[in-house]
Amino acid sequence: MINALRKELLLQWRSRAQFMAVFVFGASALLLFSFAVGPNAEILRQFSAGFMWLGLLLSSTLTLAESFHAEMENRALEGMLLLPVSPRVIYYGKALANWLQLVLLGCALVPVMVVLYDAGTTDLLRLLLVIALGTAGLSAPGTLYAAMTSQLKSKQTLLPLLLFPLIVPALLASVKATSLIVLGDPMEQLGPWIRLLAAFDAIYWSVCGLLFGRVVEE
Amino acid sequence: MNKRLLPGIVLLAVGAYFGFVVTLAAFSGINGLGLGIKSGLQATIAALCAILGALYFLTIDDVGDSTKPAAWLAGAGIVCFSIGSYIGLFVAPPEEYMGDVQRIMYVHVPSAWCALLAMTIAFACAVLFLFRNDWKWDARMEGSIEVGVVLAFLLCCQGAIWAKPTWGVWWDWDPRLTTTAVLLFAFLGILALRRFVDDPVKRGIWSAVATIIAYIDVPIVYFSVRWWNSLHQQQSSPGTVSKQFWLPLRANAFGILFLMTAFIMLRARISALRLKTELAPPPLAEAQLGEAV
Repeated sequence: MINALRKELLLQWRSRAQFMAVFVFGASALLLFSFAVGPNAEILRQFSAGFMWLGLLLSSTLTLAESFHAEMENRALEGMLLLPVSPRVIYYGKALANWLQLVLLGCALVPVMVVLYDAGTTDLLRLLLVIALGTAGLSAPGTLYAAMTSQLKSKQTLLPLLLFPLIVPALLASVKATSLIVLGDPMEQLGPWIRLLAAFDAIYWSVCGLLFGRVVEE
Repeated sequence: MNKRLLPGIVLLAVGAYFGFVVTLAAFSGINGLGLGIKSGLQATIAALCAILGALYFLTIDDVGDSTKPAAWLAGAGIVCFSIGSYIGLFVAPPEEYMGDVQRIMYVHVPSAWCALLAMTIAFACAVLFLFRNDWKWDARMEGSIEVGVVLAFLLCCQGAIWAKPTWGVWWDWDPRLTTTAVLLFAFLGILALRRFVDDPVKRGIWSAVATIIAYIDVPIVYFSVRWWNSLHQQQSSPGTVSKQFWLPLRANAFGILFLMTAFIMLRARISALRLKTELAPPPLAEAQLGEAV
């Protein structure tokens, strides 16, 4: 498992130009959202959490689709499945690596959000927790679907098509929690949303791990 | 008459007896047909028997069988649906506050039940397919996903038609509405996935996995939207619905349930026949044929 994770992280480190490209894509998406709303600073601040998560969601499809790209070249995935480990190890290695990359991406998008939408917060620890939980919700089903769609011709279309309806609860909870952190939380509503995110993550990290073996079997 | 159909017919008959005959008789003053069972329990028995009877028809093997059971079921569905719609449109009184707009409920509520039921059948088929590796479950899964998607789409349209005069908007972020929309898109995605995979083995397994994952999402979506938008309207229960309203509702529920089952059966049969040709060994090439001769 550690080795699988190390392999994935090494792979991502070697293709860090890809990460920069995804980050620039996310940041430019954030820039475009503000054009869609207009230069009203107050409205932008209110929507900032939603925009950030949409930007992160759009960028995540690129990251996730890319994560299985390398395995499809030279049928590397088949080679990995021949190793004397359970396919679950491969899945969790990949999902963890994707998760770490998405957390990094989320943290990188926060300053962009602060600058563009004037939506800062001093509660960075909680923000990090929400980003970590939210991206975990994207990464678990996303990695599983990426494993399926990467073997198809029209992978660019199918991955978002399958993933977007599924992660609605995670997106909703993340946006709500982030905007509570950024805009203040007078009613103490943050707790339930974080618990919802944690429950979503727990369900999908376990279910997707169980089902992954069937997805890649020949 | 095929003997294998008998349990399904018996179940449907029991459902219809408790759903209609007993209550209709009670309306016209004849009591005692309900065998002393409380009316709430009667409704539960009726619904359970109807659903189980319809499901029993789905488990009859499709390939090679005739389409007659499905055709009979569809016929029964059309009869029930016509009766229910006639009563709902012309006999039942208009609702006090919503007026005639409320009549759409007679199709809307049964479609909602059946859409969720079709998705649940799809989920059950997906689980069975993954564990049993039997192709008939793949065919049934495809059939029920497609019928469920059609019903969910109709549901959203009916909801919008109802919402415009009642709430003043086409769409509202009500938990049930939003969940239906999310469910519709999730299952549309699975149908798209099925179109793009050529290998039948991968197609079956992947769409079964995707169906399981999407179905697990339903309660999570429902509760998250409920927290997110706490303004939702009171759910109606048999106690809050007047007796004049439930007769067309029940007739339509039976009608749509029968139609749904018949459609799933027919659609699953098409999928099964298609699978049969896909899984058949490729015809021998001419050169090999020559050697064989």
